Amino acid sequence: MTQLALVIDLNVCVGCHACVTSCKEWNTSGWAGPMTDFDPYGADPTGTFFNRVQTFEVGQFPNTQTVHFPKSCLHCEEPPCVPVCPTGASYKRAEDGIVLVDYDKCIGCKYCSWACPYGARELDEKQKVMKKCTLCVDRIYDEALPESERLPACVMACPTNARLFGDVHDSESEVSRQIRDNGGYQLMPEWGTKPANHYLPRRKTEIRIHEDELVRADNPLKKEGVPARPPADRPTLDDTTSW
Amino acid sequence: MHPAFSVIFLTTLIGAGQGLFLALFTGQLYALANLLPQQDDRYFYGLGSDLAVLFLGLGLLASFFHLGHPERAWRSAAMWRTSWLSREVIVLPAALVLIALYGLIHWMEWTTPFFVIRDALPVDASLIVGVLAMLAVFALYIATGMIYASIRFLQEWHSALTVINYGLLGIASGFTFAAAFSAWIGNGLVGFYGTWAVIITLAALVTRSASLIRNRRIKHKSTLQTAIGIRHTHIQQKAQGAMGGSFNTREYMHHQSPPFLHKVLVVFMVTVFTLPILLLAASYWLESPYLPAAAFVVQYLGLLAERWYFFADARHPQNLYYQSVS
Ligand code: SF4
Ligand code: SF4
Repeated sequence: MTQLALVIDLNVCVGCHACVTSCKEWNTSGWAGPMTDFDPYGADPTGTFFNRVQTFEVGQFPNTQTVHFPKSCLHCEEPPCVPVCPTGASYKRAEDGIVLVDYDKCIGCKYCSWACPYGARELDEKQKVMKKCTLCVDRIYDEALPESERLPACVMACPTNARLFGDVHDSESEVSRQIRDNGGYQLMPEWGTKPANHYLPRRKTEIRIHEDELVRADNPLKKEGVPARPPADRPTLDDTTSW
Repeated sequence: MHPAFSVIFLTTLIGAGQGLFLALFTGQLYALANLLPQQDDRYFYGLGSDLAVLFLGLGLLASFFHLGHPERAWRSAAMWRTSWLSREVIVLPAALVLIALYGLIHWMEWTTPFFVIRDALPVDASLIVGVLAMLAVFALYIATGMIYASIRFLQEWHSALTVINYGLLGIASGFTFAAAFSAWIGNGLVGFYGTWAVIITLAALVTRSASLIRNRRIKHKSTLQTAIGIRHTHIQQKAQGAMGGSFNTREYMHHQSPPFLHKVLVVFMVTVFTLPILLLAASYWLESPYLPAAAFVVQYLGLLAERWYFFADARHPQNLYYQSVS
């Protein structure tokens, strides 16, 4: 079974919002569009987005870290948003695990958005249907695109390569390897939704050095420091034995 | 959660309509058991059922205002195997039709018994349809309550008390309406319905208070730490990805201050429970035809506040991601 997903590396995300804008650019004019904006240049702009980058400050001054946190539908393996949908508009594809909404069936009752603990679904106020990340289902299988571009728009746009895309059920894939080797984790694991998307944590490269690794305490050649002199009235080892 | 008026009206109106039907049918069963005098079928049951149908119809109408695409509402019957919303969509019209049929049977006086069980229980069309409608009405209470109780992320709702409260509050307002209706047509059942209305309102007071206490003590499973997966006791949001608000800030938040919430709580506790009970008791002593009607109006308005509070009280875990704008 294939489960396509994103792996987002919080260690390298710089919070530039390139994924947000490229997602909007691709999807508003594509299969999943439009992603309507209201009052975009006014005082109170609002609109539909599949992906948002949030910023958190971790720690207290002066020991703080700024963490940029991209958030979109996690394509849960046990998606709680799907069974609650009364029309069957929300569904999870068996072939690749992508969770999608059929805009022609959706009645805009918003019940699925209540059942997503991550707030990943947004009702489009113009089209009045529920929208969410499609993992660019209209890009990744498009044979008109060169193979290297059959990736979600956000992955293509990320300048720091913080977004990886692949099959998390294939243990040898790049995404699985990254999750395995770099401590990839899921959001809100307490709900058992099994998000397919994973996040890679902040990592610091540290080496642990002990004092005795700097001063070689048991140096057989006693290179550093002058060897202790034996007391003058005692025979030295050289006086008593010979070999 | 953001309290949507369409849903507030939907749940309170159908709750009262279902309760009114249960009151009428209880009256018929009591009369069958010779605990109450036989009623003038045509007006009491016929008109009463029409009023119940009106309540349900208005509720159904209100529900359409909740939908982005009401013209596709028929599609929502599809997923009854998994979705409580879908189940409600099926049971609501079924209950409405059965209650209408029940009223029609009484209005047309198609009440010649088909057969008599043990010389004591004459079974006629109204009894059969009444039982079916009663089952539909109970199923509808359960479906409506389960829409909210089945979402496990909304821990304030995820409890059997949600379903019980939807049922008891609806039945209480229906019986209060039945008391007002009896007082209005003067059929001498005010005392019967008024007493039941008080008893059910008191029962609802117990279960609603239990849910309020439960929600005060709730320990939320999700925290900002599990939401973004960073292990630190001090995490502060600095940006939520949009400055002008989004669906996430509109749908899941009520944007009211805690003192306002507290006021709504006090208002609905007084208007749903205290005042109607006092008014019904007073109507019993004063034999006034207006007081039961006043009790219903006060209780119904109170239920609007109660439902508003029910939504505002539930804190969705997604709000963890939307704590400050910038
Ligand atoms: S993140 Fe939310 S919308 Fe996406 S699959 Fe999971 S529950 Fe559904
Ligand atoms: S808003 Fe649309 S997709 Fe969501 S539950 Fe309702 S019908 Fe289904």
